[in-house]
Amino acid sequence: MGIFRISPPFLAGANRVTLQMLQVLLAMIPAVFAMVYFFGPAVLINITLALAVALASEAVMLKIRKRPVKPFITDGSAAVTAILLAVAIPPLAPWWLTTIGVMFAIVFAKHLYGGLGYNPFNPAMVGYVLLLVSFPLEMTTWLPVISLSENPVDFMSAFQLIFHGETSSGLAMDTVSGATPLDAMKTQIGQQILPEYIVNQNLFGIFGGLGWEWINVWFAVGGLYLIYRRVINWHVPLAMLATIFVFSSITAIFAPETTGSPLFHLVSGGTMIGAFFIATDPVSGSTTVKGRIVFGAGVGALTYIIRIWGGYPDGVAFAVLLMNMAVPLIDYYTQPKVYGAVK
Amino acid sequence: MSKPLGSFPGGLKLNGHKKRSTQSPIRKTPLAKTLILPLQQHIGAAAVPIVEVGDKVLKGQRIARAEGHVSVCLHAPSSGTIKAIDEQAIPHPSGLNAPCITIETDGEDQWLERQPVKNFRDMSAHEIRQIIRDAGIVGLGGAGFPSFIKLNPGVHHDVETLLLNGAECEPYITCDDMLLRERAEGILDGVEIMQHALRARNVILAIEDNKPEGVSAMELALAARPQLQNTSIMVIPTRYPTGGEKQLIQVVTGKQVPSNGLPIDIGIVSHNMGTAYAVGRAINHGEPLISRIVTVTGTDVTHAGNFETLFGTPISELLAFAETKRQPDEPFILGGPMMGFNLSGDNLPVTKTANCILVGVDDAAPASEPLPCIRCGDCATACPASLLPQQLYWHSRAKDFDQTRDYNLFDCIECGCCDYVCPSKIPLVSYFRFAKTEIMNQEREHQKSDLARERFETRLARLEREKQEKEERQRQRKAALAASKAKKEKQEQAAAEADTTATENKEN
Repeated sequence: MGIFRISPPFLAGANRVTLQMLQVLLAMIPAVFAMVYFFGPAVLINITLALAVALASEAVMLKIRKRPVKPFITDGSAAVTAILLAVAIPPLAPWWLTTIGVMFAIVFAKHLYGGLGYNPFNPAMVGYVLLLVSFPLEMTTWLPVISLSENPVDFMSAFQLIFHGETSSGLAMDTVSGATPLDAMKTQIGQQILPEYIVNQNLFGIFGGLGWEWINVWFAVGGLYLIYRRVINWHVPLAMLATIFVFSSITAIFAPETTGSPLFHLVSGGTMIGAFFIATDPVSGSTTVKGRIVFGAGVGALTYIIRIWGGYPDGVAFAVLLMNMAVPLIDYYTQPKVYGAVK
Repeated sequence: MSKPLGSFPGGLKLNGHKKRSTQSPIRKTPLAKTLILPLQQHIGAAAVPIVEVGDKVLKGQRIARAEGHVSVCLHAPSSGTIKAIDEQAIPHPSGLNAPCITIETDGEDQWLERQPVKNFRDMSAHEIRQIIRDAGIVGLGGAGFPSFIKLNPGVHHDVETLLLNGAECEPYITCDDMLLRERAEGILDGVEIMQHALRARNVILAIEDNKPEGVSAMELALAARPQLQNTSIMVIPTRYPTGGEKQLIQVVTGKQVPSNGLPIDIGIVSHNMGTAYAVGRAINHGEPLISRIVTVTGTDVTHAGNFETLFGTPISELLAFAETKRQPDEPFILGGPMMGFNLSGDNLPVTKTANCILVGVDDAAPASEPLPCIRCGDCATACPASLLPQQLYWHSRAKDFDQTRDYNLFDCIECGCCDYVCPSKIPLVSYFRFAKTEIMNQEREHQKSDLARERFETRLARLEREKQEKEERQRQRKAALAASKAKKEKQEQAAAEADTTATENKEN
């Protein structure tokens, strides 16, 4: 084979951005299936809708910005953003909610900052937080796990609920919705109920929230696969999970009446997807080794603080965005010692 | 055999593709009709011709002398007639011409009388260095730094270790490998001389573990040479860029060369295996450096191998001898695939630093538009200098050169590991070279303007001083004038007074 470059090195490894993104998508599949298993086909409708909106927004923005469409639309980054946001939104959220969130993520959080590689904030989390603060009701109306649901939602009903607001038989959203385990934990602790009693309710499973515990486990499995394939580094996930574990252990020892168990926190809400798929976004995260540890620990600490003392049941999105702001500072102060550096 | 004491961060495991060119022994490239010898084949000042057009020269005859301290001599690689001393195309990425001496060979290949040294141990280090300089020996690993300078540690430095670099970490290149296999004896000749000149306490011959044949050949040769004391072979793990001087030192000794410093600062001097061989030839056989072993390999080469080639031989003839499927004007690589440069014309001479000619590679980097940097940090993980290429790239691109210096741009050795692993296929090394050049240009400009400002300020100061001196002189002159005037008046007054007194006296 001849050489194509005009300057060295003339060799290149097989690594490509697109391959990395595809690996990320692949690693999310088990957890997505777990979500479908526990919450029904609505999850898939949401993901499909988000993907369509994301790719369309991406293409339009690339055209407007006069950038080549093909290399960027196929890099897979828009798809990753779409799926991360879609699985964070309640499965039966109305179509416009998903659309607004995804469009905002791609258009504002990504392209107005310069597109792939230039966004200081995690686009999916910007979209999520926009929806959370603008439409708190819709964003906290989660489905109960299928086994607990009096009216399991089949594919057709889910489709009608998402695009029409009610099913043809007149079933509306609020009749099928229910609280998440993190919601229940937060509300009931506020009502002075002890966590040990709270977890005896049917909303809770073996070691975490019913269904959620397994979804988190599958996200962790996918994440470990990404580490194995060297798509992500271990620093951020380990630092984030360790910090949540340490913080929740401390609270569990000194104020057990105010929190769930450390294990509950590790497998609840967005912990695992946050640790392996969101906080590991290289573009908006820290780029040095020490920095990644600081960044991950920061996300873990803020997530836990928001869960326990903040106004929201989960805090991954806010934690990630707050730490995104600190990235330039972290990067600057965590530069590695170069070869031959003289003290 | 000794064991490596350290390792360096980052680096790459690359497919070596070395077998391709180690299947046949070293062959001699046929004598070319015309040899073109650039006056500058080394780092430093170009050599100055001491022959004229029409002169007859013999093989090994000096045709250009070293100019200044950092420079070496140049010799006729074969006997013949000086045909021209003018500008010719040279193998350089710029594609510019440079002064060369052209020799038309007579086919006799007749040597000038050689004067081998009987016993180098009777010679002083200074004398040995002088011969090595006169023999035109430069580092044959690729950089071409005059070797005699690296054999002069200076009075303030003790040499703990003489390190022989046989890592040859770049894929495809095998000239040192073949030299080890076939001429280990000759290498040790040079090593002995170098150890003597440097008074090095110990010698380490570092060879990557992908060259087992070379290692065993060297072991045999070393065993037969008891007079070479405190010398050991160190087999080091194959990893790119272990052959980088700083990286090799870290692998072998576990120590780091200080930033902006030299290996001698930590008591180490390193030389390439091929250079040691050349030193042995120069001292023990009286032969100046007039040829080298060039690896010709690549996916498009039919008879890949190593070729002992006279300097000045056109690359086209070497390629023809090795037979290639290369199309005319198809680019090829001079040097390795990671740090070499590409050339398209082949009517260029083989020079002292030409270790490899590579025609066609596997896993060629694509020419496609790079994607933006996604800050994945793979480059930082691969960097053997522990730099942050992603940050350097960001600031180089923005031409924020102060920031690139803050991020230690000048510690970059341009090994290309970051480029290789980049998922966006960004030509990072090109950006860093650009930034380095810009900074050096700026510095030159700064120096120039500093000098101009200094000159201007000196001139102002001089004018001011002259003005003051002038004023001072005027003041003095005025004062003197006033004083003499006053004196005169006083005298007149005194005279007048005397008159009056006289008159008064008369009157009395």
